[in-house]
Order: sequence, then C-alpha cells, then structure tokens
Amino acid sequence: MDRLLLDPFTEYAFMQRALIGSLAVCLGAVPTGVFMTLRRMSLTGDAMAHAILPGAAIAYLISGLSLVGLSLGGLAAGFVVALLAGWVARSTHSKEDSSLASFCLISLALGVLVISLKHRNVDLFHVLFGNILALDDAALWLLASISSISMLIMACLFRPLVIECVDPHFLRSTGRASSIAHFGFLFLMVINLVAGFHALGTLMAIGIMILPAAAARFWAKTLDATLIVAVLMSFGGCYLGLLLSFHFDLPTGPTIVLAFGGVYIVSVLLGLNGGLLEQRYPKRHLAG
Amino acid sequence: MGYPFNVSIHLNNLTLTYDLHPVVYHLTATIAQGEWLAIVGPNGAGKSTLLNAMAGLLAINEGSIEGLCPGTVTYLPQQTRLDKSFPMTVCELVATGLWPKLRATKSVSRQELERCDEAIAAVGLQGFERRLINTLSGGQLQRCLFARVLVQDQPVILLDEPFSAIDAQTLADLTQIIKQWHQAGQTVIMVTHDMDYVRENCPQTLLLARECVGYGPTKEVLTEGNLRRAGQRSAAFDESARWCRVGMV
Repeated sequence: MDRLLLDPFTEYAFMQRALIGSLAVCLGAVPTGVFMTLRRMSLTGDAMAHAILPGAAIAYLISGLSLVGLSLGGLAAGFVVALLAGWVARSTHSKEDSSLASFCLISLALGVLVISLKHRNVDLFHVLFGNILALDDAALWLLASISSISMLIMACLFRPLVIECVDPHFLRSTGRASSIAHFGFLFLMVINLVAGFHALGTLMAIGIMILPAAAARFWAKTLDATLIVAVLMSFGGCYLGLLLSFHFDLPTGPTIVLAFGGVYIVSVLLGLNGGLLEQRYPKRHLAG
Repeated sequence: MGYPFNVSIHLNNLTLTYDLHPVVYHLTATIAQGEWLAIVGPNGAGKSTLLNAMAGLLAINEGSIEGLCPGTVTYLPQQTRLDKSFPMTVCELVATGLWPKLRATKSVSRQELERCDEAIAAVGLQGFERRLINTLSGGQLQRCLFARVLVQDQPVILLDEPFSAIDAQTLADLTQIIKQWHQAGQTVIMVTHDMDYVRENCPQTLLLARECVGYGPTKEVLTEGNLRRAGQRSAAFDESARWCRVGMV
C-alpha cells in the first residue's frame, strides 16, 4: 500500500516539488475561492483567468518561457482588467459581471491580435494547461511567495470582506473600507490565478479556487469551518490527482482538477449540509 | 446617557438625482440633535434615496448635508439588502457593529464581546447567539440588526424601513428600543410607510414627495391637505423637462 500511496512522493523529486507547489497554491487560492463563491463571483474568476492569458502570451513573445516574464505579463493583464472593470462598475450603472466580461473579452482579443501581428506560431500549451511536474526552485519560491502574500492580505481584509458579503451597504456607510476590500479582493484573485496558471495553466487555475470551496459548503455550516474544510479538501485533491496522474500516466493539471471535481460530486451527493442524500432522507428531529 | 457634542444635521438646498432627474428636489431642513424624525411619503418620493445620501452611499448632485461625518452615524439598511445565506452566527453579525472601532487588525476584547451579548439580550434574542442568520425569521433578523445598532452606539441612527414584515410583538419591542435611543439624546431618522405608527410615536415628520411637502411636528405635517398634495405629486420623471434654474441668478 505504501508503494502505491507514498513511493511516488518519496522516490521522485519532481513529484515532491509538484506536491509542495500545488499545496502552496492551495493555501492562498482556496480561501480566496471560498469568498468568491460566497460573493457569487465564481464565473467572474473564470473570466479573469481568460484575461490573464493574453498577458502571459504577450510576455511569452517578448521574454520566452521566463518565469518572471510570464508572471508579470499575467499580473499586468489581470490587474488592468480588474481595475478597469471595478472602476466602471462602481462609477456607472453597469453591473460588475458585464463590465468584467467586456474587459476580459477586450483583453483576450487584444492578446490574440498581438500574437497574430507577430506572425509566430506560439506554443502556449504550458500556459494553457500548466506544467506542474516541471516546477523548479525558482517556480516553487514564486508560488510560496504568492501564497504567503495572499494569506497576509486575506488576514488584513478578512473582516471587511465578510461584512461586504453580508451587508455591503452597512460597510459602505462606515467609510472607504468597502472600496479597499473590493479592489483588494480583485488583487487576491489575480495573484492567485497567476500562481494557479504556473501549476495548472490558465484554463485550469480557477478549478483550484472554486471546486474545493463549493464542495466545502456541503459539509460546513460556519465560515471558519468552510475555510478549513475547503483547504483540507484541496490538499486531498492535489494528492489524489498527482497520484492518479503518476500511476495512470495522465496529464497532471486536468487530473488534479478532476480529483477536485470528484470531491465536489461526492459532496453534492453525501454532504451533511444540504447534500442530496440528506434532503432525500432527512435526519430525525429534536423535540425543542 | 447623553451625547455631549452637537450633531445637528443641516440639509442645504439638497438635490439628489437618478439619470439627472431629481428624486429629492432642493430640500432644506435642519434636524436637531436628539430628534426622532420619520421620513414619510408615497412610493418613489425619495425617502430611501435621502437616507442613502445621509449615510454617504449616494453622491449629492447639488446642495450639501452638514453635520454628518463617519464615526457619528449608524445606518440600518433594509433587510432585503442583506445576504442572509452567508454562513454567519447572530453573535458574529452583531459584532460587525464593532467594525468602525476595531477595523481590520484590532482584536475583540472581552468587554466588547460582553457588549455584544448584552445587546443581543436587550433585543430579546438571548439563546440565539450561536444560531446561523439563515435560520432566523424576518423579525428575529431585524432584532439582530437592532442589536448591532446598539453595539455601534453612535449619536445619529438612520433606519430604512425597519418595521416591514414583522409581527406586533417585535414592533412593540423595537419601538421601545428606539424610545430609549431618543431619550438618551440620540438622533433617530427613520423611513417608513406606516402613517399610524408615525402619528403614534414619532414627534417630528418630514413628508416628502420628491420635494418637501411638510416638515415639523407630526400633527402639523400629517394633515389631510398635505397628504393629498403628496399623493398628487407624480413620481414619474418628466422626460421633456428643462434644465433646472432654481437658485441661478
């Protein structure tokens, strides 16, 4: 059994790096994902992931497969789109989903246009689907740094984020914290998506944020419990995905996200907080 | 308990608009410290818009509001603006009232937690501290929000339709709490549709129908003539209206 479950991680350095890297990404990305689901911004994150792609693609044209270049390109594209979308949503009658979708599409089109103008056949496979089995020291440091910064910012923004989720008008009436929380949260989304695309690629990065968060809501009733359960589920999903990928020779990024997907489906079926089985067979009730 | 500093609120020629059309039109009024003021009027009269502007949630198109600044105002939005599905307990929701004091980093002291517990008890929700807010009835949630106002303890309290869809007992209990605020010298400004409630409880009334129809003691404002005038004032925007020249030389 040990051979099946542990040996891939004890005998192969690339598997150790992949596990450490993915767990680091989870620590930053999953709490952000929990708030994304609570703020009903799951699809916003998906749009934002598409906004990052052109930035990374343009950076690839300029600096090749440079870790710093790709990160800066992704961050720049993500921030510009997030700030513009947030600004338009707050300054006009436009809703945030429509302003974000608009700017993401503009960003995506701009990226494709720039690539076309260069007349180069760019292989962006690793940007689209990540390359978690090839994480080197520099990449691990980058992921650990982003994760640490993300957790620090999350700790600072935790209270205003909670209040903005429950009662945004109350928070806005107390000063400028609402704007700080809003743009701070968009910043968290962007840096975690950039960390995610190094590990899982831009198309899969959102999976690490949303699926464990959505699954955890079927088990936990309070916010604290949701955060803890979601992080633990993401750890389990990463481990399971890497293991399946190793033994069955499957592409790692999609396998990890499918492992998260498996956890989510099990949670929908068996979850003790509103799962289908619980609703089909309600528990006995108390007398008072 | 009294509030030593003067927080009289001056609405000076205040105009608030949506799409450039006035929702509140050149309103001037002074609300003295310690008043209990009801803002009443038909649907679309600009009541909640005025309260939102006083809470700092809405940009002022013309004129000014003086006397209100962050740290002196408590705003209780309509319940419908709350996300009741958020996984939060009664105690945690009440403790959000400590936000203006604690901000992001200060920890909650034992005394502040006791204050939250006392506020929860004062609104009759003892034993509900650990209940999730998504399990509360409308009336219980409103009591919970009143507990948050108690925790904030500010000199000016803005209440947006605080009594919609609650039972008679909750109405009586929450009215008692408002009376305590009024007696303590806190300024209470509430938007409501319940004229009988206003006649029975609120000493001062602002009757609004996009512009001020009447402002002063409730008995003098809620006359048949004023209410008829307020009802006749259309809430619809005049799409062919000219640019406003009121106050221009």
